[in-house]
Amino acid sequence: MTYNQGMDTIIIGAGLSGLAAGIRLAMFDKKVCIVEKHTVVGGLNSFYSRKNRLFDVGLHAMTNFTPKGVRSSPLGKLLKQLRFSHDDFRLCQQEMSEIRFPDSSLCFTNEFEFFRQEVAEKFPAQIDGFNKLVEKIRNYDELSLEGADGLSSRPVLESFINDPVLIDMLFCPLMYYGNAREGDMDFYQFVIMFKSIFIEGFSKPQGGMNYILNLMVQRYKDLGGEMRLGNGVKAINTRQGSVSSVTLEDGEELATQAVLSSMGYIETMRCCEPEIPAIEICETGQVSFMESLFVVDKMPRDLGYDKSIVFFSTQPRFDYKVPADLIETSTGVLCCSNNFKYPEPLEEGLIRLTNLANFGKWDGLPRKDYIAAKKECRARALDALFTFFPDFSENMVFLDSFTPKTIKKYTGHINGAVYGAPEKIKNGKTPVKNLYICGTDQGFLGIIGATLSGISMANLHVLQ
Amino acid sequence: MTIEEVRQIILNILADIAPDEDISSIDDNTKLRDQIDLDSMDFLDIVMELRKRFNIEVPEKDYEHLATMAGCVSYLTPLLKGRSMAS
Repeated sequence: MTYNQGMDTIIIGAGLSGLAAGIRLAMFDKKVCIVEKHTVVGGLNSFYSRKNRLFDVGLHAMTNFTPKGVRSSPLGKLLKQLRFSHDDFRLCQQEMSEIRFPDSSLCFTNEFEFFRQEVAEKFPAQIDGFNKLVEKIRNYDELSLEGADGLSSRPVLESFINDPVLIDMLFCPLMYYGNAREGDMDFYQFVIMFKSIFIEGFSKPQGGMNYILNLMVQRYKDLGGEMRLGNGVKAINTRQGSVSSVTLEDGEELATQAVLSSMGYIETMRCCEPEIPAIEICETGQVSFMESLFVVDKMPRDLGYDKSIVFFSTQPRFDYKVPADLIETSTGVLCCSNNFKYPEPLEEGLIRLTNLANFGKWDGLPRKDYIAAKKECRARALDALFTFFPDFSENMVFLDSFTPKTIKKYTGHINGAVYGAPEKIKNGKTPVKNLYICGTDQGFLGIIGATLSGISMANLHVLQ
Repeated sequence: MTIEEVRQIILNILADIAPDEDISSIDDNTKLRDQIDLDSMDFLDIVMELRKRFNIEVPEKDYEHLATMAGCVSYLTPLLKGRSMAS
């Protein structure tokens, strides 16, 4: 069956980029429909419930915190473009986060001068180089939608800083929160992440991702946007190099003038019918994670966990790469949701532990071994953690874990690659004329980045 | 539409585009950009709101006329002649 009254734009994926694009288009009276295969919105930054508890998945916190009134920052731009007020997001700032290595620790807050002071105290010989690096970062145009300059971060950092441990410590949070590449990072991506984490900072919305997502869905629907949940895209039908319609999993065919897809570049190309043969960029992303959530019977602070987020390496050197084994336990990210400045304390203590993981290894396990491996890896991750942090194993009242396989299942991203493919398509264009990419493979990462990606692609390709 | 009504229309659009800004004290002869921190994305929104609300197309070469409130009013008043505020 075919709908004859076609859509102006079909958006694939009800994650942050898709919802943001949808709001922009519906705001200017475009006939728009968001199609999402999962029954829940959010994509890579979503939530789920277990035993009456609601858990966020995806990034531990929102990056890019800037206070109310700052309008030129990524957060300020996002709020303006979606016409939310800063108060609508109910953002609660972090208290303090930390980068912890065996021989050194650097703390940071949402005040950049605090971090600069930390670097000056812990690495006095490097502070001049660090300041010069910050100067380069501040003057760099990382948001250009033109092609990348191909600059890698490591050589740039090494030209300013000659202590490899400090370089690793700077990389650690930035890679964990937005690097699709192993070992090194594109310099523009490094700049985006440096600004979003060190210069701006962390916050969490009161009410979690669920709250922000609901706010966006409500705005989208109020503007007249349509949404199909639990019904994925089976085929993007193209004719002579342009999209004519989209066929959904239930067989329905929707005619459309344009498609904005957030399911990933290669994932989108594979969905085209007939298939698009010439895919010049075909490297798939590999970076994925295992995460465990621990509800504890005390506030994390009372268990010795007083930081908002800790990026740690129990080894002197930090290596960001897909582990050969199921997971890498010597490094990870620890988040205590309680240690954000909420107006009311959260009811229960919650600790999240994230480790790099190998999709292929997880995917290759038979069902019964998979369940056992999840338990075993969680235990190993905790053992490694407790060599570096206080033991809370007696205080757990609930725990749950997910793996790269879980991420693949719910988001459809190949390899459960949370940051998508290493090569980004910054202008969002594909070989198909009216088919565009937004979200992780377009190049802006994180919660704010994904949302801005949807906004900028909607503006550039549909509204202008 | 009177000049005052055209001015009010611009204020309404600005209030929608920039909910966190104080637009009550806008000076008509100073650039809007310098008073309420508008960037090129915001100007695009003003143009699109005019299209949406009044079916007015502002070509890119005319964007400069929208730089100040006084500029907006003198550019838009003839285009909105005979129209009512309720669009």
